[in-house]
Order: sequence, then structure tokens, then C-alpha cells
Amino acid sequence: MELIPESTWDNEPAPHSDVVMSCRVRLARNIAGFPFVNRASETQCNEVMRTAREVLLAMGNNDDNGDCQMMWVDLNNSTTRDRRLLVERHLISRNLDESKTRRAVAISEDETLSVMVNEEDHLRMQVLAPGLELGGALERINTVDDAVESRVDYAFSPRWGYLTACPTNVGTGVRFSVMLHLPALKITNEIERVRRAARDLHLAVRGYYGEGTESAGDFYQISNQVTLGRTEVDLLDEFEQNIIPQIIAYEQEARSILAKRSEPLLDDRTHRALAILRNARLLGLEEAMKLLSRVRLGVLMQRLDDVPLKAVNQLFLQVQPAHLQLHAGDDLNADQLREARADLVRKTMA
Amino acid sequence: MKCDLCNKPAVVHEVTVKNGQKNEVHLCEDHAAESGIAMPGHQPINQLLTQFVVSPADATQGGTGKKGTQRSSRKVCDGCGMTFAQFRQSGILGCAECYEAFAEQLSILIQRTQGGATHHVGKSPRRAGKSLDRQLERQRLIKQLDAAVDAEQYERAAKLRDMLNMMEVNDGDGSGDSSDESRRS
Ligand SMILES: [Zn+2]
Ligand SMILES: [Zn+2]
Repeated sequence: MELIPESTWDNEPAPHSDVVMSCRVRLARNIAGFPFVNRASETQCNEVMRTAREVLLAMGNNDDNGDCQMMWVDLNNSTTRDRRLLVERHLISRNLDESKTRRAVAISEDETLSVMVNEEDHLRMQVLAPGLELGGALERINTVDDAVESRVDYAFSPRWGYLTACPTNVGTGVRFSVMLHLPALKITNEIERVRRAARDLHLAVRGYYGEGTESAGDFYQISNQVTLGRTEVDLLDEFEQNIIPQIIAYEQEARSILAKRSEPLLDDRTHRALAILRNARLLGLEEAMKLLSRVRLGVLMQRLDDVPLKAVNQLFLQVQPAHLQLHAGDDLNADQLREARADLVRKTMA
Repeated sequence: MKCDLCNKPAVVHEVTVKNGQKNEVHLCEDHAAESGIAMPGHQPINQLLTQFVVSPADATQGGTGKKGTQRSSRKVCDGCGMTFAQFRQSGILGCAECYEAFAEQLSILIQRTQGGATHHVGKSPRRAGKSLDRQLERQRLIKQLDAAVDAEQYERAAKLRDMLNMMEVNDGDGSGDSSDESRRS
């Protein structure tokens, strides 16, 4: 499996990238005539795989879909490290990594489009983009959806829309989510208020790796819960034009309050974090994420002039276990991982 | 009842029995969120199911639940053989036909988890792409119309309104392909 060595994303400034690390649109689809994945026999799962492979690999040959050459990864014949790499890049879910079913993922060359096959639904397609640019992502996923739909029949009902294994996804099957970096709200102890407000607005708040994970490094993944009774564009508009800008503004306000009223605190937190990252010889993942988060805040607020933002952004990915192992070209045990992580961070931050 | 930790009203009440010792916790919204206790209304879907779809009597094993609910939990999907009771356990349906087989119970559940929505609107297969493009186009026209009215550009507004009306008409006659189900609201 060949992945791009480094994330190509953070080359250009994306909209609202001071707060929004990335955004994602996901569509849940099932192929008509097959039971959903949890009730499908091995033969049926294989048949879904075969169909999906044929359709997805053919997209690259179709002029309508342009530069959409897909790489097919059969996850039953892949190494654990490869699957972890894909999880760390948010190209597959943890569920798909750990699943015992016949399963696969198709990934576009630029790694911004991926289609999980036999996750909870037959097809889970997603487009990832840096910053807050969900409109473009929706257009792209829509093209992919059309291409697939031109060759297979989806499970669909006029009343419920696209039928999904879990009824919480039924209707449009669309999920918009953003990965927010909210360090100032964390420092000012207001993050719980945001969590509650988000829940009241029928949004899901999750950690860095989705469902059931902790908010490592002050990252929060927020997504819409309602998928029925509204058009895709309506859901998008409310989420991207209304809800998320409010949270962004809240974090920005917290940042400026910190700078105005608690300058020593802000400088202490950011410089202290950088000092540790520049000197530590052993670094756990959680600690690394937390310190990198503070350094990122310091860089964005022009407190730490000699650290490039791009390097910090990439470190969030590079300090993950599978990426460290890839870098080392070997499997590392827990102690070796902490050492390798500290080495990498120290060199990058020097 | 007041929160154990402050004077606000308690909204979460948790009773645990450990080693024969009963322990009660009552917390306000803030302190509940802080201590990680799930708020009412934000449970996973299978918990919603047990609470709202099944009557309390039916939920306890061997209870004398209402006949209707008992029948519904024994209902089987012809498509995949899943029973409603099995769905209640996992929160995951077995096949597309489950939506028909359990339509009655699902409609309550879906309405509840989908902010009151009962029907799909938006993209449908066969009119793929077109329908989304039209939504985007309509949204754009509506925004321009609002702006024109705000700026008191009434001629422009009238023109935009005509364009919008044209779209409605074209949608109404099904514009060529699959005529029926694609417009519901
Ligand atoms: Zn309290
Ligand atoms: Zn079924």
C-alpha cells in the first residue's frame, strides 16, 4: 500500500483554518438486493466487494469524473500497520479496521476521497477537505454518488429516502463534520458550554478519532445528527453558514480575551509547551497532542515566531503510532514509540 | 431536588447498589456533564428504543406487557429474518425490507431521533445530480431575490421571481424523467 508520505493539505491557507483543521462530507449508501452488512453472508459480502470494486475502479476511466483514479485496498489482506495508517489519516474508521467482515476501501490518488466497503453500510463515501469548505466537498461526493448510482441500484424508499443499516442515518444519508481546534476555550474552561450548546442543536461532539474517543489535543469533531426531512443543501447551509461560524467566533473571542486579559497565562502555556517539546526525550501520544495543540495556538497568535505552522500541523499526524513505525521502517514497542516520538518532535521543532 | 454539588435543580438522578450499599447521585446539568453522566435525550439509539418504543412492562423479562407491544417485538422481517427484539438489542437493521416490516415502530423512533421529521426530501436516485443542482440553483436565486428586495431593486426582483416560478413549473411536470416521488416536502 502506497500512501502519500506527507499530508499534502496544509500547503495553502484554507478558509477558517485557524480553528477548523478539516471538514468532511460522508454519504451512507446500500446496494439494493443485498441484506445490510451485519446480516449478509460471506458470499454476499464478497459480491458487494466485487460490485463496488468494479464500479469504483471504473470511475477513473470515465471522462465525466475526471481525475478520479482510485486505489483499492483489500483490508482482509492488509497488515495491521497499514490499516492503522489509514485510521490515523481518517481514511477508514476504527470499526472498519477491527471488523471481521470481508471489507475494503477505495482511496483517490490525492487521498481526499475514500469509499469504505462493508462498514456498517455497504458503501460509506467521504470527501475530506482542509479548513471549512463543505460546499465543494458536497459537490464532489455528489459526483461520485452519481457515478456509482449510474451502475448500481441503491436501497431507497420514497418515504424514508436512502435506507441505512442504522435508522439514525436514513434519508439523505449525509453527514457533515468538522474537526475543530479549540485550545482557547479549553484554557478558559468554556468547552463544556460549547459541548452542551452543540448537543442542544442536535449535533454530535466526538473526539479526534470519532465515536467514543477522547478529545486529544483539544480537537473536537462536530457533526449534524439530523439526516431526514431536510435537503442536503439545507443541512449544509445551516451547519456551515450558521452553526459552525458561531463556534469559530466563540473560540476566536476566547483567544482575544486570553491575549488581552491573561497575556502571562497565554505566554506561559505556549512557551512552556514548546520548551517541553524541544527537550523531552520520551513523549506519550496524549502529552504530545496536548503540547502541540498549545504550540499551535501560540503560533496562530504570534506568540511563537520561530515555529512554522505547517510543521506543527503535520506533526499531529506524524506523532501517531503507525506513522512513527512507518518512519522507523520497523515495529516499535511502547517505549520505543515514546522515544521515537520525542526524537521526531525535537528535530522538527529545533 | 437540588444538585449534590451546587444549588441548581438536579436533572440527572442515578441510583447504584454496590455491595448492598445504596448510593444516590443527583446532579444539575452542568455537574452531570462534567462528571460524564449522559444527559437524558442523548442516549445511544438502542437505549432510546427500550425507553420509548417498548412499554415499561414489556421491557422487564416475563412482564405482562400489552399484547400489541409483545406482538411487535416478535414481528419478523421476511427479507432477512430479523426480529424487532433483535433490532432493539443492536440498533442496526438487517435489510432494506426491515423498514417495511417494522414501519410502525420505526416511524416513532425515527421521528424522535430526526427532530420530528417523517419524510425524506432531497436527492433521490435516477434524478441524481439534477436534483441537487436544482436545489443549489434555487437557493442561489432565493438569496439573490432577498438581496434585490432589500436593495429595493424591484424590477430585478420580479425577474428573479419569474425564474423561480419557472423552476417550480419544470419540477412539477417531472422535467422528462421519473415523474412521481421526487418532490415531497
Ligand atoms: Zn450542580
Ligand atoms: Zn430485514
